[in-house]
Amino acid sequence: MFDLLGTSLASRLLLGTAQYPSPAILAEAVKASGASAVTVSLRREMAGGGAGEQFWSLIRSLGVRILPNTAGCHSVKEAVTTAKMAREVFGTNWIKLEVIGNHDTLQPDVFGLVEAARILCEDGFDVFPYTTDDLVVAERLLEAGCQVLMPWCAPIGSALGPINIPALRSMRAHFPGVPLIVDAGLGRPSHAATVMELGFDAVLLNTAVAKAADPVGMARAFGKAVEAGREAFNSGMLEPQDVAVPSTPTIGRAVFS
Amino acid sequence: MKLTVNGKVHEVAATTLAELLAALDYEGDWLATAVNSELVHKANRAEFRLSDGDRIEILSPMQGG
Repeated sequence: MFDLLGTSLASRLLLGTAQYPSPAILAEAVKASGASAVTVSLRREMAGGGAGEQFWSLIRSLGVRILPNTAGCHSVKEAVTTAKMAREVFGTNWIKLEVIGNHDTLQPDVFGLVEAARILCEDGFDVFPYTTDDLVVAERLLEAGCQVLMPWCAPIGSALGPINIPALRSMRAHFPGVPLIVDAGLGRPSHAATVMELGFDAVLLNTAVAKAADPVGMARAFGKAVEAGREAFNSGMLEPQDVAVPSTPTIGRAVFS
Repeated sequence: MKLTVNGKVHEVAATTLAELLAALDYEGDWLATAVNSELVHKANRAEFRLSDGDRIEILSPMQGG
């Protein structure tokens, strides 16, 4: 079990709910992955339409924790109002806070992020900030009241995987007691295993599963990779070295010449 | 009066937010509303009086990553 802000979660994998081929495949993928939480958004509802209701009813049927997000918000005001609207609809204080700073890279606007995080934390939210691997920004987010951090490991949807492992390692070392969730940029299960081996507490991903040829199979693979990476971290891995070390004992070796 | 609802201009007779939702056929517990970028709680919609030119957002749960 994994304790996140006082909530006990069965898995260290959190999944996004967008871009799946169908709602049925989304539901199957969430189950196959064993994910303990899913992230969801708010969008404009059509008059007389029931799109939101159908989706919400499907998500509730999955029995997982809900992490609403402010995806696509480009200003502090937008993000704060969206977060408040999400709290009303989804009935949770949890919010994945996104304040996007650049249309092309989807890089977080870290200045707006800190400002929005402070407003929302003071208002009683549990803020999960989508941030970079910058340590000073991380410090500011913690000062603003965040109790968890969600650094990217590469741009959203890029599938590049951890492109700056020393920075992630440094972040882990600087904030030993803070839950760190890698959010964004993971492309394949080995990427998830890698960041879990570094000691990150969980991962949140979407596109790598939703856009796979077989999202259900990929969801299952990510579930296993997250578990494997965590168990490896807990089990103490060997440090690499530049020389060969025989694994078979040399004592008692036969001599034939 | 003229209101902008989810980006579209509407000419409506409704005077409160609750009346507006009913007139435009919006119903359900899963909706969240904001007027001029400020959340209006569900419980306050019936007494929330609208003014000409108000911008209303009506949102519902959607897929997200």
